[in-house]
Amino acid sequence: MLTLYVPRNSWLHRLPAGAKFLALIGVGTAIFWVPNIEIMAGVALISCLLFASAKIPLMKVYDQLKPAFWALLIIFLAQWYLEGLEYAGYVTLRFTALILLASLLTLTTRSDAMIAVIEKALRPFDRWISVEKVSLAFSLTLRFIPLMRSVTAEVREAQKARGLDRSLIALMIPVIIRTLKTATEVGEAVEARMVDND
Amino acid sequence: MISFNSVNVAFDGRTVLENLSLELREQRIGIIGWNGSGKSTFSRLINGLQSPTSGSVTVAGLDTTKDGGKVRRKVGFVFQNPDNQIVYPIVKEDIAFGLKGLKLPKEERDHRIQQIFDQYQLSHLRERLTHQLSGGEKQMIALMGVLVMQPDIIILDEPTTLLDLRNKARLMETVNSLPQQILMVTHDLELLDGFDRVLMFHEGRLYQDGSPPDVIKTYREISLSC
Ligand SMILES: Nc1ncnc2c1ncn2[C@@H]1O[C@H](COP(=O)(O)OP(=O)(O)O)[C@@H](O)[C@H]1O
Ligand SMILES: [Mg+2]
Repeated sequence: MLTLYVPRNSWLHRLPAGAKFLALIGVGTAIFWVPNIEIMAGVALISCLLFASAKIPLMKVYDQLKPAFWALLIIFLAQWYLEGLEYAGYVTLRFTALILLASLLTLTTRSDAMIAVIEKALRPFDRWISVEKVSLAFSLTLRFIPLMRSVTAEVREAQKARGLDRSLIALMIPVIIRTLKTATEVGEAVEARMVDND
Repeated sequence: MISFNSVNVAFDGRTVLENLSLELREQRIGIIGWNGSGKSTFSRLINGLQSPTSGSVTVAGLDTTKDGGKVRRKVGFVFQNPDNQIVYPIVKEDIAFGLKGLKLPKEERDHRIQQIFDQYQLSHLRERLTHQLSGGEKQMIALMGVLVMQPDIIILDEPTTLLDLRNKARLMETVNSLPQQILMVTHDLELLDGFDRVLMFHEGRLYQDGSPPDVIKTYREISLSC
């Protein structure tokens, strides 16, 4: 299920969430200035090594990249066709490294620490945006990830039992309906729990 | 006190509750009826999640439609599925959620949260990830999130439906010990032992309203005769 967070005792886990956030933003920006594929490959490799140093099994690297596989393949093929093989490799490695680094943040940081960082980062803008609402939206998003996963798994199982395991429509419709229904109910519960101050 | 004044509710022209007028003063009120009989609609009218098509509902004199936010401060609501009620990933944050709206000083907020954990001996769940709790623990946390707001009235809409027998007993032990006025929708008729009053909804109206044994008897007869 959700929480991407994998509890381990490593320096990356101990690093404050804010520092990791800033580092990700920094590296994510700097990576666009990497001049050639060799260095980019090095960056991707270092990202993998960081997983190891955070004591996260390399299977997790594969788990993180698996959902992105088709997107990466399409990017690779499109760039190959448009710009040639080397550039395609370069761009694909860049996205791979970005995905890995972002996963590293979520895998080594508890969701409450992430929410706290977001709340802190937004505090100066308190006057223009409701920090509570942004943090609520973020929390709800985090909550919906496992929900979508478990709903999809449940529906797939139910449909398999009925011999419908190949139909995407048969899978999507109940998943969408259930997700919308849950979203409505969650919205309602949030409303029930929100009170006026006076 | 909760008061219904000639309340009608219709969805797309189809009447769900018709011309309902009543006052609810008892401490323990049960609500029963078949699926789709309007129990949830009735409960949701009380905290303003549902507005009447005509008529009005008031809680301590406040109109639930016009003063929804204030009414919800007095009326806590526990839903059937705690997964939909718990919004934060960590237990203590979820408990804190409603309190944020009260703009209490941080110390007061933390104090209230700690008090709730201590009172119900749930401190061990404080730092846990909400989605990893068992169903029974989730429903308790959903209830704690309501109790921390110190409401005067608590509505529970089928709170035990997803619980096993042991967790059902545990939840009810807590519910029964609460000083608040309780309204509970349920299909577990035995949980209504000791309640002061039971409302039974059937065919779009309040079919019977009385003491638990009488109303439950009618309900059994109607349900088993068709
Ligand atoms: N938002 C809505 N829109 C349309 N119909 C609704 C809505 N909410 C409830 N209903 C209908 O009103 C009737 C009563 O529903 P509900 O109060 O949820 O019943 P119960 O809780 O007793 O199962 C049902 O027929 C249901 O389909
Ligand atoms: Mg209902």
